[in-house]
Amino acid sequence: MKRLALSDEILLSVDKPARYIGNEINSISKDPSQVDIRFAMCFPDVYEIGMSHLGIQILYDMFNKREDVYCERVYSPWMDLHQILKGRKIPLFALESQDPIRDFDFLGITLQYEMCYTNVVQTLDLSGIPCLAKDRGGDDPFVIGGGPCAYNPEPLADFFDLFYIGEGETSYDALFDIYKAWKASGKGRDAFLRQAARVPGIYVPSLYQVSYREDGTIAEFSPIEAGVPAKIDKQVALELTDTPYPAKPLVPFIQATQDRVVLEIQRGCIRGCRFCQAGMIYRPTREKSVDTLKRYAEEMLKNTGHEEISLSSLSSSDYTDLKELVEFLIARFHGKGVNISLPSLRIDAFSLDVMGKVQDIKKSSLTFAPEAGSQRLRDVINKGLTEEVILEGADAAFAGGWQKVKLYFMLGLPTETKEDQEAIASLANQIAVRYYEIPKEMRNGKCQITISTSFFVPKPFTPFQWVGMHSKEHYLDCAKTVNEAVKAQLNKKSIRYNWHEADVTVLEGVLARGDRRLGAVILRAYEKGCLFDAWSDFFDYGKWKEAFLETGIDPDFYTLRERSLEETLPWDFIDAGVTKTFLQREYQNALAGKITPNCRVQCGGCGVGKYQGGVCVADSD
Amino acid sequence: MRIRIKFKKYGVMKFVGHLDMMRYFQKCMRRADIAIAYSEGFRPHQIMSFAAPLGVGATSDGEYLDIEVTSTKSSRESLLALNKVMADGVLALSYRKLGDTDKKAMAAVAAADYTLWIKDGYQAPAMDYQAALQEFFYQPKEILVTKQTKKSVKTLDLKKLVYDFQVEVKEGRPIFYLKVSAGSVDNLKPELVMAAFYEFLGMDFNPLSIQVHRNDLYGEQNGELKPFDEMGEEIG
Repeated sequence: MKRLALSDEILLSVDKPARYIGNEINSISKDPSQVDIRFAMCFPDVYEIGMSHLGIQILYDMFNKREDVYCERVYSPWMDLHQILKGRKIPLFALESQDPIRDFDFLGITLQYEMCYTNVVQTLDLSGIPCLAKDRGGDDPFVIGGGPCAYNPEPLADFFDLFYIGEGETSYDALFDIYKAWKASGKGRDAFLRQAARVPGIYVPSLYQVSYREDGTIAEFSPIEAGVPAKIDKQVALELTDTPYPAKPLVPFIQATQDRVVLEIQRGCIRGCRFCQAGMIYRPTREKSVDTLKRYAEEMLKNTGHEEISLSSLSSSDYTDLKELVEFLIARFHGKGVNISLPSLRIDAFSLDVMGKVQDIKKSSLTFAPEAGSQRLRDVINKGLTEEVILEGADAAFAGGWQKVKLYFMLGLPTETKEDQEAIASLANQIAVRYYEIPKEMRNGKCQITISTSFFVPKPFTPFQWVGMHSKEHYLDCAKTVNEAVKAQLNKKSIRYNWHEADVTVLEGVLARGDRRLGAVILRAYEKGCLFDAWSDFFDYGKWKEAFLETGIDPDFYTLRERSLEETLPWDFIDAGVTKTFLQREYQNALAGKITPNCRVQCGGCGVGKYQGGVCVADSD
Repeated sequence: MRIRIKFKKYGVMKFVGHLDMMRYFQKCMRRADIAIAYSEGFRPHQIMSFAAPLGVGATSDGEYLDIEVTSTKSSRESLLALNKVMADGVLALSYRKLGDTDKKAMAAVAAADYTLWIKDGYQAPAMDYQAALQEFFYQPKEILVTKQTKKSVKTLDLKKLVYDFQVEVKEGRPIFYLKVSAGSVDNLKPELVMAAFYEFLGMDFNPLSIQVHRNDLYGEQNGELKPFDEMGEEIG
């Protein structure tokens, strides 16, 4: 019978002990003595969040297909267990074998959002692995980071031995082969890191040095020795249809956030919204063949027993064969106890038709993400959604029987004025007007329009990577303006408004565009007890403020400052495909309110054409 | 057609709670291609009900659930299909067709058998357990205990609800055997009996120190307790 790392007493005294026992359906069990490489894959947040992440499922499946690798999982222990592990000095363990992480060859940590950075430190600390890479030696695992936040790895540079920039499908095999040869050679840690630095997409922070100017900006960023590449190329899996995909995803016992089959239909997005990092770093847009997706849908539902299937992509409506796929799913599974969920669909006749089939119209709501209230500002951010399209979509939705509409916006966007903020409320009001224009006998009571705003955080590798952010007070003023404008609307009783906290926005802004000097702040914040910063119950900005003060780092330098186009940015050493020239051009277009057509209408010359794949090639046919 | 499935729950699965076990079995039915029936409505759900929830931490050799199917293979084939898709720590033991007049699992439960022992790492107090049990359980005419529920405090007489209570000492450690009233009317948790016994002995009761293992469930037929797995019939 399986041995557990934790005693019954501990497991029965913490919340949801099934988070820590492994043993899930489709989890992999191997004999550790029969493999060359033990890899612990970590999502630095609680189990239910981490288990919902597609990327880990893909890599878990891919790594374990290799006979010489045993990939296991680890998630952040929840606060209750954190205290116990720390207090009793019980080392953090992997779910499958229940063995301590510190005995592994690799600890891979996926970096999906900035607010998990203290949980990264927690993982190292609880594992008994020195938090700082420079203090590691001997048998310590190599700690490797990946995921979207690795596109600016610098704030975490102190904690990681390596980063993998881009999609995991391409370079891990080479890295593992080098590791095996290195392990057999008996050479020191540095020897492996030097060799790893030559693998495409691998960044070894200790092999680079940074100097700063007096004003705090970067003077020079360069490799410390010859043979270390000056630029790191992001990795792209060009033929997405043929890349491995987990036909047998893990099925947790406790309900995960994503308790369904997730079918990744494409990567990348043709739209080019200027605030969106995913839309830039996952270029070029690549689709999977519809026949492959149909096959996966069948297999994955059969292998998991899930009662729901969902499509995953940045913009499902842009998938060429969407109609064929959705009609297949409905014909094959609808009414057979399988729900079909269709997120990120543009509202049009087709999507309303299929959603009418698979959703309970009375209960469900339709979502629009205009992101900005005025047409002027939507042009600035290149959100190609016009007021006309939104209102027509709302008309069609109301005619189809929907009454609930959700609207998502951002506040604090570049060039935003009070008028733009107030336009959010008037747009919501106009939607309500459309509803009440329907004859009374044909509508079903009141409509419910919910406005949600988040505060805009500029991200690396976007046209807005240079812009300044605002103070917490300014953000809250923006929200207040919207709130007052909503109250002034004729249909205010049909409109609800929610806004986010501002503290967390400011911190996210610091970490998103920070440099190496932030490592000290993150470590200090963790030492002060910051953990699960993505959870509003635990986020404590007061402690973060102290951490900044005590380490002598000014957060405003990273947030409020507008960077000059000439400045060396901390992530400039990464080639993410999109060129700096393109991003600068897009920034100028933004300021001029000029829109850029989507990739299928016209190539914007962003630079990813060099990969010769996806939409870039399809368009030249 | 109604089917009753008996299963055992052991190993690490004891940490998976009742609601999660229900979700687990729903997914098992799909993976094993059991022709389970669905309810009507916009979001149809499987027609499935469990006999008696088992607490987190307890193991069992006698758990039951009833399902409604539209068609079925033989008991043997169905068991094979189910056990092929089970997690380590859950094993389906029987798959029997219920008669039209058989009560639903939940309504049919009348009693449950448990074995309880002190877990490794916890001291077993040295004493004459047989004598203690005589004095605590067999001599008094009534044993009143209070049961705290979410809503109220109830007084129960253990003499009426405990049908059998034995102790066996192996290598100096006691193993308790209990048959208690179970089901929707008078459900008695074995921990409550143990707590009362410990209190009688003047000892602190730490629920974490005891492993609870359910042996089987019983229904009632003509005033007699009848093991649950004798209900229904094999499908050939």
